[in-house]
Amino acid sequence: MHHVTLDRWSRGASPLHRRDPRVKIAAVLVFLLVLATAHRELAWLGAALFAVLCAAARLARLPLSGALARAGVVLPFTAVFAAVSWLAGDPARGAALVMKSYLSALAVLLLVSTTPLPVLLRGFEMTGAPRFLLMVAQFLYRYLFVISEEAQHMRKAALARGATVGSLAGNAARFRAAAGALAVLFARSYARAGEIHRAMLARGFPGYFHPLSELHFHTSDMIFLAIATVTPVALRILIERVA
Amino acid sequence: MSPLILVRGLRYQYEDGTVALNGVDFRLEAGETVALLGANGSGKTTFALHLNGLLSGQGTVEVCGLPVTPENVVEIRRKIGLVFQDSESQLFMPTVLEDVAFGPLNHGLHPHQAAERAMAALAQVGMAAAAGKAPYHLSAGEKKRVAIAGILAVDPDILVLDEPTTFLDPPGQRALAQLLSALPQAKILITHDMHFARALCSRAAFFRNGSIAAEGSVEQMAQRYEWDFQAPRGA
Repeated sequence: MHHVTLDRWSRGASPLHRRDPRVKIAAVLVFLLVLATAHRELAWLGAALFAVLCAAARLARLPLSGALARAGVVLPFTAVFAAVSWLAGDPARGAALVMKSYLSALAVLLLVSTTPLPVLLRGFEMTGAPRFLLMVAQFLYRYLFVISEEAQHMRKAALARGATVGSLAGNAARFRAAAGALAVLFARSYARAGEIHRAMLARGFPGYFHPLSELHFHTSDMIFLAIATVTPVALRILIERVA
Repeated sequence: MSPLILVRGLRYQYEDGTVALNGVDFRLEAGETVALLGANGSGKTTFALHLNGLLSGQGTVEVCGLPVTPENVVEIRRKIGLVFQDSESQLFMPTVLEDVAFGPLNHGLHPHQAAERAMAALAQVGMAAAAGKAPYHLSAGEKKRVAIAGILAVDPDILVLDEPTTFLDPPGQRALAQLLSALPQAKILITHDMHFARALCSRAAFFRNGSIAAEGSVEQMAQRYEWDFQAPRGA
């Protein structure tokens, strides 16, 4: 499971892990802004920003190949749009799309790999993100593994009753079986949500989460913020001027 | 001395018309551990959900002298800790420590105090080393212990445990019985596990069709209602 690995990575102890989540969120936002609005010398800029992200992954003591591979999860989606651009006679736009989406995914992956989810959500909350959305994200993260496990059990149950891998993934009956399984999974998830809500109320839930720890800015966070926001901006200005 | 729990004439009907409770009278004294026995669907869990105001039916329910009403429900939920059958649904926070601290934070403790309480409760159930772990990394027995720690962290007067031995292997059941017998709080155990009930409970109430059909010792209930596992003849 991707999120189990990311959870393990996020609980490291590198200088990047120790930074306040708000400065990391701000740094990633600036990075995404610089990348998204760039339209000149994209190859050079992409290479420079890729090098910056690789250096950050090293600083965070993350396995570089693993991080690079996981960021590739967005490629199947963007490849479709890139192919459309290429077929429409604009291959450069397609290539830019792939490059920008991959680097964006890598930047976000570095953020979630160096910040435990509760701390990250706390950071988003303190930067004004809607509390309800953050709560949904937290529950999704917590129960994704449980729901996935239930789906695996249902698949095994189907196989144990004579279904074959081929029949589960290859013909018209597949859609009926998948629809039925999804309905059951939804009903179970709905019932579980009710149980969770009861468990929360039983423990005095007032409608919002109280944080267990407060966030504090340190001088090192300010220095990191300055470096992390100036670097992509400076690189872009430099590359566009030299070109 | 007034009872910790006093229930009189409790009735409850679900929206689909099913009468789940049909006039339940019950009392729990300080220091008691009572087993709630009975078939699936006889009303045991529905009854437990009334004790801290998660469900509200006709009749009266008092906990530590306080009637269970919307005005008192916050205080009552501090006094009565409910451990659900499926620990997976009870451990909803990203880490064990945050989960156990959830109750103390909701009841107004400062984060530092809540963290201290949570660590003390985890130590009490032998799970202090798991404080930083995510709940999905724990075994079923460990999840149950953490769920109990989450309840103990608010220092309740009464513990209500719904099918506590579900998903536990025999060593896990034994460890849980040892843990519960060492806790000073009054307890209500909803269970089908008669070995577990015999080991821990001084009294039992047998639910049938939404009411308490009889009360007595666990042994008396087991004999009267043939409520023990018996191997089929010839097996």
